[in-house]
Amino acid sequence: MDHHRPALNRRVVRLVGFAPAVFLAVFFVWPVVAIVGRGLSGGGLVDVITDPILVRIAWFTLWQAVASTLLTLLVGLPVAFVLARYQFRGRRGIESLLVVPFVLPTVVVGTAFLALLPNSWHGTVEAVLIAHVYFNVSVVVRTLTPVWRQVDGRLTDAARTLGATPWQSFRRVVAPILQPALRSAASIVFMFTFTSFGVVLFLGGPRHPTLEVEIYRRTAQLLDLRSAAALALIQVVCMAAVLGLAGRRPKVAIPRRFVERPTSFNAWVVLAILVPAVVAVLAPLVALATRAGQWRALFTGRPFDALVTSAFTALVAAGIATLLGCAAGVCVNAPARSSRLLEVLLSLPLGTSAVTVGFGLLVAFSGPLLDLRGNRLVIPVAHAIIGLPFVMRLVTAALRDVHPRQRDAAATLGASPWQVWRTVDWTALRRPAALGAGFAFAVSVGEFGASVFLVRRGNPTLPTLINETLGRPGASNNQLGHAMAVVLALLSGGALYVVDRMGERWKA
Amino acid sequence: MEGLACRDITVRFGQQTVLNGVSLHVEPGQIVGLVGPSGSGKSTLLRVIAGLVVPDAGRVEWDGVDVAAVPTHARRFGYVFQDQQLFGHLDVAGNVGFGLKMSRRPNTEIAVRVSELLDLVDLRGFGRRSVIDLSGGEAQRVALARALAPRPRLLLLDEPLSALDHDLRKQLGSELRRVLNEQGIPAIHVTHDHAEATQICDVVIALHQRTTDETTPSINT
Repeated sequence: MDHHRPALNRRVVRLVGFAPAVFLAVFFVWPVVAIVGRGLSGGGLVDVITDPILVRIAWFTLWQAVASTLLTLLVGLPVAFVLARYQFRGRRGIESLLVVPFVLPTVVVGTAFLALLPNSWHGTVEAVLIAHVYFNVSVVVRTLTPVWRQVDGRLTDAARTLGATPWQSFRRVVAPILQPALRSAASIVFMFTFTSFGVVLFLGGPRHPTLEVEIYRRTAQLLDLRSAAALALIQVVCMAAVLGLAGRRPKVAIPRRFVERPTSFNAWVVLAILVPAVVAVLAPLVALATRAGQWRALFTGRPFDALVTSAFTALVAAGIATLLGCAAGVCVNAPARSSRLLEVLLSLPLGTSAVTVGFGLLVAFSGPLLDLRGNRLVIPVAHAIIGLPFVMRLVTAALRDVHPRQRDAAATLGASPWQVWRTVDWTALRRPAALGAGFAFAVSVGEFGASVFLVRRGNPTLPTLINETLGRPGASNNQLGHAMAVVLALLSGGALYVVDRMGERWKA
Repeated sequence: MEGLACRDITVRFGQQTVLNGVSLHVEPGQIVGLVGPSGSGKSTLLRVIAGLVVPDAGRVEWDGVDVAAVPTHARRFGYVFQDQQLFGHLDVAGNVGFGLKMSRRPNTEIAVRVSELLDLVDLRGFGRRSVIDLSGGEAQRVALARALAPRPRLLLLDEPLSALDHDLRKQLGSELRRVLNEQGIPAIHVTHDHAEATQICDVVIALHQRTTDETTPSINT
């Protein structure tokens, strides 16, 4: 047990933890339960499992995720190698640039690849796979590079003096050290691509639906909630299985020490790998910008309304996520068993697809008792559920860094419990809270998978309006859709840029 | 010339000259001590000999033949690092047997050789232990056994005892001397401790001003 003075007394902690717990229970757990109930009732699940079309969709969902994951690893490994092993001017800049695709909203990536790829590629599996690699390659690079950089160069020297060829020393020494990071990167990419919705909807076309896309099609076009719920149930079970497998991996000790060693610099290797990577990151964005037009229409009528709706939604969502995320973070840090439970509960949305969140809210709150469809707070609530775990994690990490003796010191100096909290905990809390708020804002602005289930016809968000506009015929609609995607990219990118700057400043 | 010969080795890192025309000779069965203050380029010389650093000028010869074209893994020069550099993902036996595994020896042969070497360094029964839990002295013995296992024709010892406390250093020093004599492998022992060098080595050479001087005549012969 903790011998130090807890941050707050238990009764206060329970009270504080109550709000996020209730919020999650009502708006996340209950909807998932509702999906399960709907899916199991009336033989929907049996119909779905025995339907050959759906078996084919499930199979496609699985294999495209596996293929996307393998391709992403294949592309990401050499990039991570160059960034980890070589020291050169502009490396930091390239590292930041490579993260750009990952922070772009899915709708922007989808639109950008529609702009880049020739029409004959639209609606093909290849287009989906390429976009998935584009989107996720930074997960591999970001996960592997720091670990790879920590592989002490003298460890491979040791292997070489023991008779290992360069390949053997990679396979027998470097690879085993990288393996845990490689596995976690692979499982994250698999989760993202297995539940990929926006990219598949935009690029896969009607011939290549995944489970997510089919859930949407059955809900929105066929109004068949029963089989959609059965599909969502299958989806949730698959995700739980993947998370269970990924979570059970053994932990391997990674050497902490960072030894920067002068590596003989091979400019050709660096250029051969990084130049294509940088071009590949920029090409879709350039294509997107050149296809965009009708800029004037952006500031009138529906596009402008959508912009306002998105900004309003993101502000409310960030507000809810930050308030509840901070409450949860404070609570999770307290030494009580219930706080562990809260942390697990609040992390659940991380392992759930946005489609499940949106569809769940739709199923749960469209009944005769409580019909929230059309309420303007439903979409912010959905986005807050997605943003909340991020805020909580940031806050929890910051509070864990507070040395308990700081509170003891404050108390011996005459600070009351409330003053202790304000001077020690609040000081530690407000920066991650601000970061979390910015992050939740950016996530909300670009969110598509949940919004598309909940959006009101007359009042779309920017991502859903892009989807709608691109679906309409005509060159001007096409240009307008691309222009809106540019604005969306700038909006969420700008928010994340501010967050990143804030984080950097505070670290120093 | 038999054994190892370094001729006029020069190494520069950017503007800085780390070694300036260093020459060194190790005869078969001889243990040469190389002493000098830190930063005098002792480790760099060992790295050149092992093929881990390519010298800007000069040659490394074995039995009179230039080994410049021979990559590190084919030189058969064993190396013991100051901080061991044991492989954390392998147990003690996996570390000691690593070199033999690289040359694809059969598992039964590896097992025999590993237990032979663990006996030699006084670590009988340590094979299944994790290298992370070893004490400093134990880890250094494992590193020595690992370097000896593939039967190198020369052993390079880069301050192998400097991280240990005084008593342990003396004890391991004499053990090292015994093991090297038993195996009959020529060695270069780098250290900044003159007393340690005279305890273990046949010849002590000082490295300063980035060149060598044979300050101490042969002792202990």
